[in-house]
This record gives sequence, C-alpha cells and structure tokens, in this order.
Amino acid sequence: MSNLALDKISMRFDLPNGSSVQALQDVDLNLKEGELMSVLGPSGCGKTTLLNIVAGFLAPTSGTVSLGGERVSGPGPERGMVFQQGALFEWMSVRENVAFGPRMKGMPKGEANEIVEHLLDTVGLGAFKDKAVYELSGGMQQRVALARCLANDPEVILMDEPLGALDALTREKMQGLVLKLWRETGKTIILITHSVEEALLLGERLLVMAPRPGRIHREYNLPFADLGVNADLREVKKHPDFGKTRDEILSMIWDMEEEIMGRTEEA
Amino acid sequence: MEVISQLSVELFLILQTVAYAIPYLVGYVLLILATLVIWKLVKRMLTPKHDYSSLKTVTFGDESTVTSNLVASFVSVFFIFLLWGTFTGSTLLPSFMHAPGPFLGDASFTYTSEAEDGSQDDATVTVIVHTAGESVDLPEVEPGEGFALNDVMSVAAYRSELLRVEDNDEITRDDGAVIVAVNGEAIAPGANSVDVGWGDVSMTRRGTLNIAPAAGWQMEPIWLPAPEAVWSRFIEIAQDGFRNASLGEHLGFSLFRVIVGFLLGALVGIPLGYVMGLSDWFRGWFDPIVEFMRPVPPLALIPLVIIWAGIGESGKIILLFLAALWIMAIAARSGVSGVRITKVHAAYSLGASKWQIMRHVIIPNSLPEIFTGARVAMGVCWGTVVAAELVAAETGAGMMIMTASRFQNTDIVIMGIVMIGVIGFMIDMGMRRVERWLVPWKGKA
Ligand SMILES: Nc1ncnc2c1ncn2[C@@H]1O[C@H](COP(=O)(O)OP(=O)(O)OP(=O)(O)O)[C@@H](O)[C@H]1O
Ligand SMILES: [Mg+2]
Repeated sequence: MSNLALDKISMRFDLPNGSSVQALQDVDLNLKEGELMSVLGPSGCGKTTLLNIVAGFLAPTSGTVSLGGERVSGPGPERGMVFQQGALFEWMSVRENVAFGPRMKGMPKGEANEIVEHLLDTVGLGAFKDKAVYELSGGMQQRVALARCLANDPEVILMDEPLGALDALTREKMQGLVLKLWRETGKTIILITHSVEEALLLGERLLVMAPRPGRIHREYNLPFADLGVNADLREVKKHPDFGKTRDEILSMIWDMEEEIMGRTEEA
Repeated sequence: MEVISQLSVELFLILQTVAYAIPYLVGYVLLILATLVIWKLVKRMLTPKHDYSSLKTVTFGDESTVTSNLVASFVSVFFIFLLWGTFTGSTLLPSFMHAPGPFLGDASFTYTSEAEDGSQDDATVTVIVHTAGESVDLPEVEPGEGFALNDVMSVAAYRSELLRVEDNDEITRDDGAVIVAVNGEAIAPGANSVDVGWGDVSMTRRGTLNIAPAAGWQMEPIWLPAPEAVWSRFIEIAQDGFRNASLGEHLGFSLFRVIVGFLLGALVGIPLGYVMGLSDWFRGWFDPIVEFMRPVPPLALIPLVIIWAGIGESGKIILLFLAALWIMAIAARSGVSGVRITKVHAAYSLGASKWQIMRHVIIPNSLPEIFTGARVAMGVCWGTVVAAELVAAETGAGMMIMTASRFQNTDIVIMGIVMIGVIGFMIDMGMRRVERWLVPWKGKA
C-alpha cells in the first residue's frame, strides 16, 4: 500500500524585507492509495505551496512527506503533476510530449508509442497525435497534459487548478474525463481547484484550508464522486445534499475572505 | 562657453537645412497620399466590393489588418528610381521626364570696355560649353571693330572659367581699360552677376570675368551617376573585377569574414550564455564583463584590434567574433532564464535527469531567443565588416567603395552600397527562413 502521508508540514517564507509569511502550519494529512482528494481555500492560503512540497519542488521548513513509507526529498516520477497551463513542450509534437516520461526512463520508442497511442485515444485526441501542441485548443492541451502525466504511470497525481483556464463547457467535459480516468487507473489524486462545484463533484474527500497561517480548516467525505461515475454530472448536482454542502462551503470560504480583508484594512 | 556658441551655430545651420527640406518632405507625403488614393480607386474597380477584409469595419487600430502593402513597396521603390533617373538625365527615361540638364553647346555674350579717356567699345565672347573630359578645338573668330576685340573660350558643363577678356584688346587692363557692362548691363568688381540667358557672368574683385554656364537641375555624374551608369559599371566589375580581385571575391571575402566571425562568436557566446543562465557563480563572474562590453560598439574596437592584430584577416575576424560574442551570450542567457519554471518542474516530475532537462527542455526552449540574437548578430557583423574594410583591407565590399571614393568613382561607390544593402537584406531573409524551419513554435507559446 502506497499511502501518502504528510506529517506536521510547516512552511515559512522569509521575505527580503525581514518579515516572513507562515504559508503552512502543522498540516497533517493521510491519503490512501486510490483516493481522490480535492482542496479548496481562499486565495493565498497555501494550496500551491502544499502541492509543491508534495511534488518535491519545495522543502518544508519542518515536517515530512512520505509516499509508501519512503520520505520525499525531491521531485520524482512516482508523483506526477498536471499544471494549470503552459507546461507542455511546444517544440515537441503531441505524441512526443506524451512519450516524454517513458522515453526519459529509456523505454524503446516502439513500446512508448503503444502507451501513447492508447492514452491519446482514451483522452479523445486520437486524431491529433502528430499535431504541434500550439495548434491545439486550451482544453485539448490540458488533455495532452493529463495523458503525459498518465503515460509515466505515477502513483500519485498532483493537479493545481488543471481546469482553471478552460471555459465552462469544456471544463464540464474535462471533469467527466478526470473522473473516468481516476476510476479506470485507480490513481491517488490531489486536485486543487477554485470551483466549489468541481471540488464536490470530483473529490471523495474534500479539504477546506484556511489562511494565515495556512492550515486544514475542515474535511468532508463526499458521495458525489461515486455517484458521478455512473451518472451524468449535471444529475449529480441536483442531489439535495450537493446544494446544501456547496452553500455551506461557499459561506465558509466567504467568511475567511472577509476576515482577511478586515485584517488587511486594520493593518 | 565657446563650445556652446559653436554648437548653437551648428544647430542653427542644421535647422535651416531642415527648414529648406520641409517643402520637399511635404511634397513627398502628398505623393504618398496621392498614390494611396489612386490605389484605392484602382482596387475598387478591380476587386469585388465585398471581400473579407473590406467587410471589416474597424481597420484603424486593428493591428492585424496592417500588413505591409506590397503595391506600396513597389511604388515606393519605383519612385526612388524615377527620381534618380530624372535628376541624372537617365537614358532609361524619355527625355521629357528629365529635370533640366546643364547648358551644352555654343553661346556668346558681349562686354563693354571703357578706356581711360571715357571711350567705350563692345566685343563678343564666343563660349563653347562641353561635357567634362571632352577636349574642344577653339575656332578662329573675327577680331571685330574698335579697340575691344572678340574672344573665344571653352567651359566644361557644371564648371566656370575666368577670362581676362581685355587681354587681347588694343587697350588692355594695364593701359587702364575697365569692363563696365556685360550684354549691356552694368557690372562691377565683386558685386552683381549678369544673366546672359545660358548662364551667369560675374566679375571678381580684381575685375576678371567669371563665366558660369547654367548647371540645370540635374546632378553631375561625379555626385550621382545615372542608374544605367551604375549598372554598366556593375557589369564591368562583375566581368573584369576590381583591384586584382573579382567582384565575387570581394563580396565573398566580406561574407567569409562575417560567417567565420559569427560562428566563432556563437560557438563561444552560446555556451557562455548557458552557463550564465544556469549558475549564479558564472553569472556573477561574467555579468560585469558582458554588461561592460555590450554597449561598446564594435567599430570602436577597430583601432585597438588593428594595433593588436594588424590589418590582416585575423584582425577582422577577431573584431567580428567580439561583435557576435556578446550578442549571442546575452541571447542564450535570456533564452535559458526565460524558460517557464512549470516546464522544468513538469520535466522533473516526469523523471527527467538534469542532463535530460538541459537537452530536451532548456536548449530547445532557448532556441527562439538564440535565433533572434543570431539575426541581430549577423546584421551587426555585416555592418562591422564593411566598416572595418573601409579602414583597412586588401579585399572586400568596404575596401571596394573606399578605394573607389578616393578616385571619385561614384558609380562604384553607389554600386557597392547597393550590393551591401542587398546582401545584408538577403542574409536576414535567409536567417528568417532557417528560423521558421528550425523553431516553428516561436511566438506560439
Ligand atoms: N516564493 C515565495 N516567497 C514568498 N512568499 C510566498 C512564496 N510563495 C508563496 N508565498 C506566500 O505563501 C502564501 C501561500 O501561497 P500559495 O501560492 O500556496 O497560495 P494558494 O493557496 O495557492 O493561492 P491561489 O489560490 O491564489 O493559488 C501566500 O501568502 C504567498 O504570499
Ligand atoms: Mg495556487
């Protein structure tokens, strides 16, 4: 079992002017293999910082991250990352982008190609394999990013607002795709989003973070991701609990934002 | 203080020149507008009224609708040649399109000489105006009546000649004779000049007549030769060469220096830029050097390079190497530091090693910047090589025009300038081609 465990993670940024920002304070978290957890929180509460620590791009000032009992000390292929945008390599075709991970491991071209073909078909880009990435729309590019991450067969997939730059309709389709891929591959996923609906629809677990210092405010266990696997996502949204939870979380975040505003006005 | 007053005089002269040029500039702008109106009318007749771009209602400020109009470029270049031909009396143009040329042929004027006793007599001066470099035989003229005798003289077009017309008279200057009128108009030493119809006659302070045939509006070939003269000189030099080397050799030498200098500069500059982009120590080490050398124009290095390396090939190549080096280093440096951190992060979490990230992310990501730098560097190198050859060289495009200018072969100078421009332009076009082929993703991220 490859559990992802965060133990008392704290992160403090020292600023050049001598002050410092406590971006995270004592974050404890445990993710079982195959869990999908969405993370919500007001802007600046440390979501990206948390994800970067798990990915290994940042070392926390204190605390440890471990995956399957092994301590994380830097980036690695077992923790794949899907960025909001701009992380594809323009100098490579769609195919080469998706094949990047396997090829870097030294997998022969033919073998890598099989994986690529399969994944691109799964994300619905079968007809665009040899296009340049800059010829694709934003939604298509995010599907390539998803396929590229999956091609590397990571244990954990980290997503920082992967659908944030997409229009509403494309976003809805991509949510379905993420859910489907999650079910099919059984990956552990952490998904940061600004959309409460998205967090509710996709997360088995939902983490609401609070700012200054960044910490876990509340956690939910949700049934909607399981419902969404077999039903239309729009139907899921009509579930009575869905609206209730959404309103609760929205007002929670709203209160936090107001508090931040109030505090900055005092200062 | 003195400097300031000197500068203000200079400034005044410049402003005066600009003021003189204003009517011509206005005329030129009107010409552009006139051709624009004509083009609009022609286009309306030629094309259907409702093609796509004419359906766009907002074109002012819509940058995408402003592309270079090829017709305008063509007309503009055509007008340059037209003006050139008009003011040089080019045989490519029908003669009614020529600006008035200099007076050529036989002409005459009369002068009136006054003796000491107050008696006056007229005599005729026959003037033969010929093209410069031609020799003319002066015909005999009748001496005429009275004490003032007729004269004959020759003047080259665009020049003027002094003539002591009374020297052959029966009463000369030494006898007290004074010229008092030309063509019946009074004339005095150093004062007015008399328009004799085909030119001007004036008098020096010492009383000698100065005969200046009208120069017209055309440029003398020594200032600006006609286009066909430049072209035939081009053919001649292309066939026979210039100063012990063929035209191809001259241009080839210049190009060779540019390419070798540029390649050496790139070979050192790109890795230098890379290490500066990848390591703070190297960046700190080389930043002062690069930032200091960057604003020093390569031309300012010519004297030092001549002192150190002489005027041979190596000196020029060192110069071009230095010209390309800093540009390429800075381009490579900003290419590396311009990589989006998310791309590097993505590569790391896909399991790439440092070396693989260098090879597959950082280098390809920096190529667009490097190509932009390479285009700039090639342009600078080309300009620098010509300038270096102007100073000292045995061969090369710059040496060709410098030598030609010493012998006042303006046609070769102009030919050389045109060729330098054309080659510079072709280099840039070539680089753009290669760029589009090698970095098709440029500007698309
Ligand atoms: N490199 C850094 N240097 C200094 N402070 C930083 C740095 N990165 C983040 N911070 C601070 O840490 C806090 C958390 O930032 P983070 O980017 O994790 O927020 P976030 O929750 O992802 O916000 P958003 O929802 O807007 O993306 C912020 O207050 C930010 O100012
Ligand atoms: Mg963020």
